[in-house]
Amino acid sequence: MIELMLEIAQKNALITAFVFAGALLACSNWLSARFTRGHIHGSAIAIALGLGLAYLGGRITGGSAGLADIGVFAGVGVLGGAMFRDFAIVATAYGAEPEALKQAGWVGALSVVIGVVLSFVMGALVAVAFGYSDPVAITTIGAGAATYIVGPVTGTALGASSEVIALSVAAGLTKSILVMIGTPLVAKRIGLNNPHSALIYGGLMGTTSGVAAGLAATDPRLVPYGAMTATFYTGVGCLLGPSILYFAVRAILPG
Amino acid sequence: MVIYGVALLALCYLSGVFLGEALGRLLGVDANVGGVGIAMLLLIVLSNLTSVQLKLGDISATGISFWSAMYIPIVIAMAAKQNVLAAVSSGPMAILAGVAAVVASFLLIPLLSKLGGDRS
Repeated sequence: MIELMLEIAQKNALITAFVFAGALLACSNWLSARFTRGHIHGSAIAIALGLGLAYLGGRITGGSAGLADIGVFAGVGVLGGAMFRDFAIVATAYGAEPEALKQAGWVGALSVVIGVVLSFVMGALVAVAFGYSDPVAITTIGAGAATYIVGPVTGTALGASSEVIALSVAAGLTKSILVMIGTPLVAKRIGLNNPHSALIYGGLMGTTSGVAAGLAATDPRLVPYGAMTATFYTGVGCLLGPSILYFAVRAILPG
Repeated sequence: MVIYGVALLALCYLSGVFLGEALGRLLGVDANVGGVGIAMLLLIVLSNLTSVQLKLGDISATGISFWSAMYIPIVIAMAAKQNVLAAVSSGPMAILAGVAAVVASFLLIPLLSKLGGDRS
């Protein structure tokens, strides 16, 4: 009986994923109301639980797709994949105020460039502090601190070792997970409560998944603004990483 | 018709991703440059246009708002498929690099917000 149920769940993976997401949200909303009196958003709890389950999935299967590596939950990988995520992000733009976007124009663009450079510098400094002296490795790890896509793209372009590329991915992953969890916690203190600051937040953070989840858990109405600028971040990062930023690292490093 | 809304959304998505990819090629980078952002702009422009010209009906609009509402469950599924294990077990250097980037970026938000503020 149970085998048959599992088989059906696995054959209809995407549908199973709908049930999974719904059930997880229901649990989280209950936890939120029961134990935090709604202070911590249900979706924030659900995202944290999702990350916890992803860790467990990784522990159990040794794979790289979290919970989605477990057969029954394969649909979670489809539902949570880039295609559905980006499709839903685009949908959130429906009803966004064009005015708020127009006003943010140049600051939004500026925040993307500043965001890439800032994260890069922080990552590169940490790499130097840990004893790295090869400009290619330092650049790759710095690029990884931007996003886990910029890291490998930069590393591959510069011919970094696969170990360094893996580290850059890990740095980017840490960043995106931390943004998911941290955003609702610091939102008030950093004034993240209007479309304008959401645009800047998206540009500075840049990790689409982190920004997407962070804003969803903070205030879903802000999602389109943050997501809009964040989607330019990875592209700008891939542009600057193997070029200007690498040259800068090489120029600054002695020898 | 609900499908009109979904089709319009899908068309914006595909066009945006295409333009982002093309922009990436043009710049010589192996990445999509703002594809989703372009798609969002397209949707905003088109849906504001259609209110005058084609008039996207109420039911068509639900085809878009459904996917907008599915956003949070999708993000939760996305969280559940992250390689959390790799991030946690990669050692202090990678984690510290990520943490430093996030903290510095968070700190800069109020500053930049003020810079561009004063618009209301």
